Amino acid sequence: MSTLLFERSLPRFAAARVVSSFGSGRGAGVGPLRLVEQDAPEAPAEGWVHVDPVLSGICGSDLSTLDGRSSRYFEDIVSFPFVPGHEVVGVVSEAVDGAEGVALAAGSRVVLQPVLGCAARGIEPPCPACQAGQVGNCGNLAFGHIRPGLQTGFCADTGGGWSSSGLVAHRTQLYGVPAALSDEDAVTVEPVACAVHAVLNAPIAEGDVVAVLGAGTLGLLVTAAVSHLATTGRCPPPSALLVGARYAHQQRLARELGCTEALPPDQLPRAVRRHTRSLSYGGASGMTATLSGGADVVIDCVGSAESIAQSLAIVRPRGTVALVGMPGKVSVDLAPLWHREVRLAGAYAYGTERGGPAPGGGVSTFALALELAEALNTGRLVSATYPLTRFEEAVAHAGAAGRRGAVKIAFDLRKGQTR
Amino acid sequence: MSRRPGFVLEVDKSAPPTWFWNGEGFSLETLPEGSRVIYAPEPIEPIKDPYRAIRDALLHPVGDRDPLPALLRPGMTLTICFDDISLPLPQMEAPDVRQMVIETVLDMAAEAGVDDVVLIAALALHRRMTEEELRHALGDRVYDAFAPSGLLTQHDAEDPSNLLYIGETDQGEEVEINKRAATSDLLVYVNINLVSMDGGHKSVATGLASYRSLRHHHNPQTMRHSKSFMDQHRSELHSSNWRMGRLIAESGVKVFQIETTLNNDTFPPNFAFLQKREWEWSLRDRATYTATSKALEKTPPRLARQIFHSIRSPHALTSVQAGEVEAVHELTTANVWAQQGVAVEGQTDILTMGLPFICPYNVNSIMNPILVACLGLGYFFNMYRGKPLVREGGVVIMRHPTRPEFHPGHHPSYIDFYEQVLTQTVDPVRMSKEFEESFATDPWYIHLYRTGHAYHGVHPFYMWYWCAHALQHVGRVIVVGGDTKAVRRLGFTPASSLDDALEMATDVVGPSPTLTHLHNPPILMSDVQ
Repeated sequence: MSTLLFERSLPRFAAARVVSSFGSGRGAGVGPLRLVEQDAPEAPAEGWVHVDPVLSGICGSDLSTLDGRSSRYFEDIVSFPFVPGHEVVGVVSEAVDGAEGVALAAGSRVVLQPVLGCAARGIEPPCPACQAGQVGNCGNLAFGHIRPGLQTGFCADTGGGWSSSGLVAHRTQLYGVPAALSDEDAVTVEPVACAVHAVLNAPIAEGDVVAVLGAGTLGLLVTAAVSHLATTGRCPPPSALLVGARYAHQQRLARELGCTEALPPDQLPRAVRRHTRSLSYGGASGMTATLSGGADVVIDCVGSAESIAQSLAIVRPRGTVALVGMPGKVSVDLAPLWHREVRLAGAYAYGTERGGPAPGGGVSTFALALELAEALNTGRLVSATYPLTRFEEAVAHAGAAGRRGAVKIAFDLRKGQTR
Repeated sequence: MSRRPGFVLEVDKSAPPTWFWNGEGFSLETLPEGSRVIYAPEPIEPIKDPYRAIRDALLHPVGDRDPLPALLRPGMTLTICFDDISLPLPQMEAPDVRQMVIETVLDMAAEAGVDDVVLIAALALHRRMTEEELRHALGDRVYDAFAPSGLLTQHDAEDPSNLLYIGETDQGEEVEINKRAATSDLLVYVNINLVSMDGGHKSVATGLASYRSLRHHHNPQTMRHSKSFMDQHRSELHSSNWRMGRLIAESGVKVFQIETTLNNDTFPPNFAFLQKREWEWSLRDRATYTATSKALEKTPPRLARQIFHSIRSPHALTSVQAGEVEAVHELTTANVWAQQGVAVEGQTDILTMGLPFICPYNVNSIMNPILVACLGLGYFFNMYRGKPLVREGGVVIMRHPTRPEFHPGHHPSYIDFYEQVLTQTVDPVRMSKEFEESFATDPWYIHLYRTGHAYHGVHPFYMWYWCAHALQHVGRVIVVGGDTKAVRRLGFTPASSLDDALEMATDVVGPSPTLTHLHNPPILMSDVQ
């Protein structure tokens, strides 16, 4: 059974970093990722079950890892060798009570909530974050009865989605997939959950101007989340949702998913200025300069130095910049953040959101993500799938997705699928 | 030798290729046999002594007005308003006709002992003129006498403290104009009538108005009912301005209108071939054309733009009339027609035109795609009396590079209009409902209009509304040689050559269409029978 295994190898890290400088994803062939024949891992404890992946996506954080560019911050919460793949729709091999105690029959389709929190690690009592249902903020990611790993796909004991031999998952990580969702819809549920969490934790108020930087998978799903959650009453409706999208297909999808305007990134400051009726300190030609006002909330789905700088230029004084795209080590002038008292907030993963069925109760981000994926048919973002044997092409395609007219690239592990 | 009138050539085998403007360049195109090419009349002989003619007009006004000296007295307030940088095109050689008229008016005011005199550039929502442009229009003597003491101003349509609400017309149109002009004992307006749209009550009712007032006629409905806006008697734009002008007069504002017309001698001798009929080109003209066009092909657009905008036109004064607005304008319009009118028999399936580097709104600036549309479908399409040159459902083919370039200082709201409005709609009615007000009241555009040299935020809408009649009338607009993306953004069809464009046009107008080419320069008006 084929598995893509990511090993700790400094020479291969270095080679991947050099080659990827010519384009993200190009270093997969020389980097630490290789195709091996390997059995599925053993369940580490009771409550763990085997899952056969059906589709498994390639995420921006996977690309950073493969490119040798992810932050060293993660070194202590990752264990090697690991099988990447945390965006997974699969089939559970045995009957199990899944997340929130929902019974899942053997052979059920499931999506994986990949964070390896206290419950998966057998840690009792759980940390305060896990107790509060905010598994993404778990403080025990390196402890318990499995080795370090912030998520499935970065832990040596669990396997990952990029494997036809399967992975193991704790029952609390598994959410059943309704029949109405296609496999393509389902494989987007994890990034949809990231988007939902980011939007519900951004301080969006009714009538706000919200700007989204970037229109890759996360940017488009954040767009979809703002639009859908506003429609369903879970998020106050903004007066304008403006998306900076570099490519024409991204602009088209952003419009389809409900934004007010989708336009090239260099035009975004002008659109924000116009919608907020701000002045520009830079004069007529200085649209890269700071605005007198600006967007109430900027959701940065890129995470680069440039995008953070642009976010700070277009957010209003005392506004919020939410970093959803995974940043690394960046150099940014924080003078505007200080002077304008801007809040810079991270937005990672998922957990429990306010507004559950019971008064004062919560609802899991994944439950909302499943609802949104069905409502908006987010499987439309899956542009191409590859077998594991063509991983180099798949990773290269994912790294150049925007330029190549694509959004989400995934591995297809369905039996009998050869492409 | 007497000057020759306008002329319609029927292209035959012996006809040489036809000259087309192409932005900051030009080309020769072979039109199909049987095509018509409309040529303007030759320039009217200019007035030999302009100062004398001006003085004579001021002393012998038309309509119900006393001679200017009789209206001037010590202690009075006098405001002299004048047309802005949008006229004439290109800027004329010094002395500009405004300078000659204003110097004469000022001499009379001085003789009468008037010492409270203010000059106002009637910008409406156009950009403010630079010192160099003002000096060129008024001359150093006038500029240095008035500007340092703040007595040379430019109309600010966003300065509530210097706007006066006059009232409403019987059609409910609000009239609000420059307060200093409206409250002066005498308002002298100095006009240049380059095309028949200019002048008349439009001078004050538009040139000195605010957005509150302008929106009543600068809108798609009015423009669609102005057929054409160059023909005062069939122009709702003019009807509205006339109602406003009469209300202004009834409110007690005393206007002494001075209108001038220029001949169509548009380019200096080194570019003389531009105005000649192609079969009359001399060997020297052909050599100049070849050398110039080759040189321009290798010249960066920015440099070519600078070269063309530095041209000063030898336009010369052909008439000056002064007095009561309507009486003056009737004479002016007749004089414009005498210079520009060409009788044309019947409409055409396809109308072709080459668009130059300049229009009224990009003097010393960049001809952006919205202005390209406005020049072709607003101005050139509307240069008719009677019926449009092109039949309903016909095709307009324009030649212009249509680069998506904008002058950020002059046209900031155009950039946003191009990126944020035209990406959503090219329908003038929809954009007026959904976007106009937010652009018109945007504080940044207002700031730049008032303090910089920017056209008002709403101005790109007006340029698009100028196209509204044509957009409703024609079946397709094709741009030859234009930037493909920009042309598509405008809702037009790009073509790489005139032959391709003609082939595309047959999809709309059928095989064997009739074709008419509007030859320019100089400007002409078709009287379509």
